[in-house]
Amino acid sequence: MAINSDVLVVGGGLAAVTAAVSAAREGADVRLVSHKASTLRQASGLIDALGYVPATEPAKPLRDGPPTAGRELDRDEWPDPEGPLADPFEGIDRLPESHPYRIVGSDALREGLDLFDDLAGDAYRGGHTERNALVPTFGGAVKPTARYPAAAEAGLASDDRPMLIVGFRSLTEYDARAFAGRLEAAGVPFDAAGTEVEFAEAFRADAKITRLAKALDHDEAIDGVPAREALAKAVAPHLHDVVDEEGGVDRVERVGFPAFLGDDEGDEVRAELADRLGADVFEIPMGPPSLPGLRLEDRLFDALDAEGVRFETGNPVVGVESASDGRVESVAVDRKGRTAPYGADAFVLATGGLVGKGLDSDREGVREPVFDLYVDQPDDRYEWFVDDAFGDQPYARFGVRPDGRCRPTDADGEVQYENVFAAGGVVGGADAAREKSASGVSLATGLVAGRRAATEASQ
Amino acid sequence: MTRHTDDDGDAEDSNGTNGPSGGRDAARERAGCGDCGCGSPSPGVPEAGRDEQPSIFVPDEGEVPEGEAGGGRGASDRAATDGGVESASGGAESAPGGTDSTELDPDAYDPVDVFPGGDLDLREGADSCYKCTSCDTSCPVAEVDDEFPGPKFQGPEQWRLKRKGDHDIDESITSCSNCMRCDDACPSSVPLSQMHNEARGQFVERQMEKLSVEYVRNRILANYRTSASLASMFPRTASFAMNFGPARWAMEKVMGIPKERDFPEFATETFREWWKARGGAQVENPDKRVAYFHGCYSNYNTPEVGKAMVRVYEHFGYEVMVPPQKCSGTPMFANGMLKDARRHAETNVENLVEAIGEGADVIASCTSCSMSLRQEYPELFDLHGIEDVAEHTFEALEYLRIHEDLEGELDAAGGLDDERAFAYHAPCHARNQGLSRQAVETFRDVDGVTMEDVGDSCSGISGTYGWKEEKYEKSMEIGAEMFDHMEDAEGDVGMTECPTCAMQMEHGTGYEIEHPLQLLADTLGA
Repeated sequence: MAINSDVLVVGGGLAAVTAAVSAAREGADVRLVSHKASTLRQASGLIDALGYVPATEPAKPLRDGPPTAGRELDRDEWPDPEGPLADPFEGIDRLPESHPYRIVGSDALREGLDLFDDLAGDAYRGGHTERNALVPTFGGAVKPTARYPAAAEAGLASDDRPMLIVGFRSLTEYDARAFAGRLEAAGVPFDAAGTEVEFAEAFRADAKITRLAKALDHDEAIDGVPAREALAKAVAPHLHDVVDEEGGVDRVERVGFPAFLGDDEGDEVRAELADRLGADVFEIPMGPPSLPGLRLEDRLFDALDAEGVRFETGNPVVGVESASDGRVESVAVDRKGRTAPYGADAFVLATGGLVGKGLDSDREGVREPVFDLYVDQPDDRYEWFVDDAFGDQPYARFGVRPDGRCRPTDADGEVQYENVFAAGGVVGGADAAREKSASGVSLATGLVAGRRAATEASQ
Repeated sequence: MTRHTDDDGDAEDSNGTNGPSGGRDAARERAGCGDCGCGSPSPGVPEAGRDEQPSIFVPDEGEVPEGEAGGGRGASDRAATDGGVESASGGAESAPGGTDSTELDPDAYDPVDVFPGGDLDLREGADSCYKCTSCDTSCPVAEVDDEFPGPKFQGPEQWRLKRKGDHDIDESITSCSNCMRCDDACPSSVPLSQMHNEARGQFVERQMEKLSVEYVRNRILANYRTSASLASMFPRTASFAMNFGPARWAMEKVMGIPKERDFPEFATETFREWWKARGGAQVENPDKRVAYFHGCYSNYNTPEVGKAMVRVYEHFGYEVMVPPQKCSGTPMFANGMLKDARRHAETNVENLVEAIGEGADVIASCTSCSMSLRQEYPELFDLHGIEDVAEHTFEALEYLRIHEDLEGELDAAGGLDDERAFAYHAPCHARNQGLSRQAVETFRDVDGVTMEDVGDSCSGISGTYGWKEEKYEKSMEIGAEMFDHMEDAEGDVGMTECPTCAMQMEHGTGYEIEHPLQLLADTLGA
């Protein structure tokens, strides 16, 4: 006997959650199955929509023959991407026709962002406008993004108040001085300085960010001083480090920290630090694993619970268990060696792309392993990529090809299964890394796939 | 009907582990020719053959197994596990995916062809790790313990360090509580807990002082079943004596067992005694059989859980079998006592395989027991039939959700007359089996039941971890979040599938703790 629901969502990231909530709000009984703990913990916590429109044609014709795998022979040349875009919606028409935004339409993105605002509540900002915000990310880049955590708000690059960036010697991947230098080089409208302080040194050299966050959450004593106070004391002497163009010294009005300022008690930690420092305090999103990602994961999974969605993690969906008349009836879930059938009237595939392992690849080809959906790809794998790492990499756009209702199609453009929908990274056509569109694609396709799946299930 | 009412007497030991031949040989003999004088009937193995490769585990004597003798490595170099690490290395030539480099066509080959293909040992796991550190951020110990370098180090990094044998295993491996959250977090399916188990086994085997208080204490904690079976002979005396103040003071001083903890009470009638007294199974049904793996705790301490399991399953028309069994090995893995675990596994696998041959699936009420049988057994040991046991094992509620119309049945039963509210904690080991939400979801629509999930934090006890004096404070620190959430929850009865989580929940909040099966029996009127 199968474990049944109206809609079964396969996956655990932003697209899967969006699809599950969208279907549940249409009245469907929804179950979400994720192989592993949600990959949102690998995400920066920023919700981007469209930051750039990258060129899809090289500046000069590509050399004939296979790519040379970085051997620097006769390099490709690609024009710089257009952007950063002030308005993500305005750039959609210039994306390739096979782009998911072009397929589901800009209203899907708009509604997806609305849904996100509703789920994220006061933990996120940016919903007041359709325009992109510019958020500094670790490494000193400024990212155009549609929504950002409240914790990052005081760090916006459009704000002209002087900024201090705080770093720690033991966080080797995060160099505060280089960061500040790069920000200034990028032409931000404010003065910035970076400094390294003694705080994380009280922990082991490779302390996990969760360890630091926990210490601040609990305000643990560090050498006899409560952690928040100790951190504020370490930073205080540097509040006058910023030097403006005339050589004058300003007291900074905002202080940026790597994103580990508490986990459950983040708001409280930031407020106390701000109070002690007399300046706004913000977090700078970091690489994986990231606390903003973990916090978003917590919030979204709480939302699933509140929407009545059933969910489980720990076991992978490994294939179609039964199908007839062009419809999937049940999928097989591997429960430690034995598969159990999970039945549904409609399915949403939201397992991610090549990095998220929703697409599997070897030297023979690229496959979608759950439903064995068609993935458009050149036969010769030397055509999967071009030499320029930042060029228009064909592999970046690999994925299933959806119709307007997010149903994957085969090589002839025919819908493969009437009741299977796809959302997020597994959908091809977007070059999310160059476009800065990963979250928006997940929201837009997740919303459409979830709603359509619910409609399909109710028929 | 009384077929499986015999006690799990330790007489079984003479079958599996004694004598110069060792359990391995006995197992192999049984595998080869079921009637060759072992005195036991041929176990019914439904899908025999897939795992029949010579075991390479070497118990004590330094005996080099057949087929491995020419390997050039003495037996003492071997890991205390045999989870395919070395037995798989011989398969390279025959495996698909690669060819011998001497046969390569010089004009047309891919660079990867020069590497041998086929089954790899844990290298595959180490290579799959792309250092995203998700495991570290999911580790409840790294979150509170400044001495603990985290699962990424304990797994893939340590594995590389010890490859050439010139590096000792870092002692911090003993701080891993084996909660296995890293397995659940890893997006790349690196077998972290398997790596940890191997490293810990190797550490305990080769580097730990066998006469140290820590070793002796850990061995006693790991072999809870032995203590429990002794204690349950005089349960009232034992419950009193184990928690007697001066005795506890002495235990902390001499053994490093924190005096803050209360030893669990021993039942005056064990589950197996009850089972025997009631005359075994009350339902006979050759089409629906389950073999109940009650584990130690349901037998000696909380027989009410076992009784609830029997009532619920008989309500659904299952014939319940209770085969002879020993410890699942969970506490032994966590303490690196792999030889002990293997000895117990031999008994368990042998008896469970026999039950499977009679048409049963194996049901555990403890999520750590089911975890061990499903995942750790095939990862760590190479016993005949062990894969079959793994594939046929389920957790009790999980099995009903798959095979019965549980929701319909609960609907028809009409709920509870008196409202009850529970604060539910999902054990870490339930999480890895996809079971962390099943209790909450099962009872969500049952009238009269309110069940609140107290969040995804770890209880902090992790079996024997919280029973060590030096870990006690960390254990309580990890548990603090769960205690808070329990107190915020509406219910003042705790609920969980894991007996040691239950101990910690009770210890931290003073709540009474129940198992979902008990509530299921109540709501079904079973």
